[in-house]
Amino acid sequence: MNAQRVRAVVRREMRDFRRNRFVIGTMAILPFVFLITPMITVFKVPESTSGPQAKAAIGVISLLMLIVPLVIPPVIAAYSVVGERDQGTLEPVLTAPVRGSELLLGKALAAFIPSVGVAYAIYLVVAISIRFGAAHIVRSVFFHPPELIAQILFTPLLALWSIWACIAISTRASDVRVAQQLGSLAGLPLLAFTSLISFQLVKPSVPLAIGLALALVAIDFGGWLVCSRLFDPERLIVGPQARQTSNLQVVR
Amino acid sequence: MRGTGTQWFRRRRTGLGWQPVSWQGWLVSGVAVALMIGALTIVDSAARIPIAILIFGLYAIVALRTGGARAAVTPAAVEEPPPVHAAGPAGERRERPVPSGPPALVVESLTKRFGERIAVDDVSFSVATGEVFGFLGPNGAGKTTTVRMLATLIAPTSGSAIVAGVPLTVENGLEIRQRIAVMPETPGLYLRLTVAENLEFFAGLYGLGRPRERIGQVLDAVNLRPRADDLCGSLSKGLRQRVGLARALLSEPRIVFLDEPTSGLDPVASREVHELIDRLRDEGVTVFLTTHRLEEADRLCDRVAILNTRLRTVGRPAELRDRLFTKALVVRTAAPLGDPERVFAVPGVESWRVGDTSEYVLTVKSARSVAPEVTRALVAGGADVLSLTEARHSLEDVYLELVEDETA
Repeated sequence: MNAQRVRAVVRREMRDFRRNRFVIGTMAILPFVFLITPMITVFKVPESTSGPQAKAAIGVISLLMLIVPLVIPPVIAAYSVVGERDQGTLEPVLTAPVRGSELLLGKALAAFIPSVGVAYAIYLVVAISIRFGAAHIVRSVFFHPPELIAQILFTPLLALWSIWACIAISTRASDVRVAQQLGSLAGLPLLAFTSLISFQLVKPSVPLAIGLALALVAIDFGGWLVCSRLFDPERLIVGPQARQTSNLQVVR
Repeated sequence: MRGTGTQWFRRRRTGLGWQPVSWQGWLVSGVAVALMIGALTIVDSAARIPIAILIFGLYAIVALRTGGARAAVTPAAVEEPPPVHAAGPAGERRERPVPSGPPALVVESLTKRFGERIAVDDVSFSVATGEVFGFLGPNGAGKTTTVRMLATLIAPTSGSAIVAGVPLTVENGLEIRQRIAVMPETPGLYLRLTVAENLEFFAGLYGLGRPRERIGQVLDAVNLRPRADDLCGSLSKGLRQRVGLARALLSEPRIVFLDEPTSGLDPVASREVHELIDRLRDEGVTVFLTTHRLEEADRLCDRVAILNTRLRTVGRPAELRDRLFTKALVVRTAAPLGDPERVFAVPGVESWRVGDTSEYVLTVKSARSVAPEVTRALVAGGADVLSLTEARHSLEDVYLELVEDETA
């Protein structure tokens, strides 16, 4: 693993995003729009409401906040490999002395930074709005320290899951559109689980949170390894016919 | 000196300054340095600075006069008689000895199959260090597949190769790529990044120390420094191709694979690329040139290989011509000869035939030795000679002969 090469990839990708600000800008719009209705619901909750009702309203917000890091990365990550192939920039990169694992790690980090940044920014806007606009009972439920920590902790871990899933799809997809469509479905398994927690069908607790966080760390690390294994330059360059008869492999 | 084709100095690859490349160059440099030191230390007057500048100026003039002159007349060419007339694009070609250094590339029975289709079949050749090696063939002949195999992008089905001294094996992919550079047919630039940013990215991948300095050097080499901060998307195709070349030079590779480097370029841009390839050769860089442009291969390459899935032939362009075609003289006269059989009964003329009106094509052993005899015979026979030319076949003739023969 060569840090300089990973850094070069991250820097290149970030420059590309900077020149194409719509990519990042539009990433935030859809999740934010989805948040408007539940936010209005939260603001309408009266001071006299009961605890369970406030929890239900905040549950929807919390769920959406956990969905945000899952739905933002596909825009970038699903494009990362197949998109480069389509624009003809992949082959020159593959002729450079960079390992597949380094290239993918660089791309994942480049997708991770804006995705988590946007997710935290949305969270911050929601938190400020609730702090100054919602009823006291809602505020006390929302700013419950364990849940705040869980949000802050799980946001990057969920984003990484989504990124690796999308990169894995991108290494095997034949078309950018297919990769982005499939990538948008990558978060569904975790979405189901976060729904259970948000609506407290699975009782959130510190051991559960730690266990989940560790599991996500392991899954994210495994995602990198799996993506590196799936990354097959020959297949990317000459198509699926590539591996039919090759008995030698070139290490990336 | 320039007129004799001897090169004392050569322009540095980066375009900055000159360096001695022969004993004369080193001698002149040594004398110049000694004189300047002498002037600055021994001469004890205000005149010492102007004297030193004068010496340096004279030295610079000598370097400029004797440097960078591409050997218009190489020793090999001097031995050959100047052709009476060189037909076709061979007129601009120059012969030079094939570099005899250790092989930069050795390919043994390389084969690549895609399912039932054989893309490259049992191809073997070697390329010497510092050689410009042309790789020719029709579309789908396996040229790009061969380059991709040698660049470790795709794995061969069977066969072996040594690339820049490293065996093409599973473990050596990274090391091979560190020693070579590939410029694909389309440069594959990041269009939203500037020229310098594109190069900076690759400098990072190659782990170059002091990348900015190196980027400046390669931009100078392709005359692109003024466009360093332009977005690649705003460049013309020719300029993008130059950026691709700059990227290929970035890591100072031992072997540069150029896939159709002048494809789609205008003549001026093509000539700049040709000059760059010439400079690379002068620097001792091995160039593996894939091209469809046969006149380009004829002009630039020390040797060429013609591929059509299988390797059809390898050799110097002149050798291939000699191997495949007989030598011929073409005689044009004002009126048909009365008795051509008698006129062409000259030693060295193996046969003759009538070409167009008042044109005779003579098959000869050696154009150089036979041409004067034929001229004398024509004059003695009272012929009004319009021209006597040596018919030379172009590399295109060789290519078509081999490729069409296979197709047939």
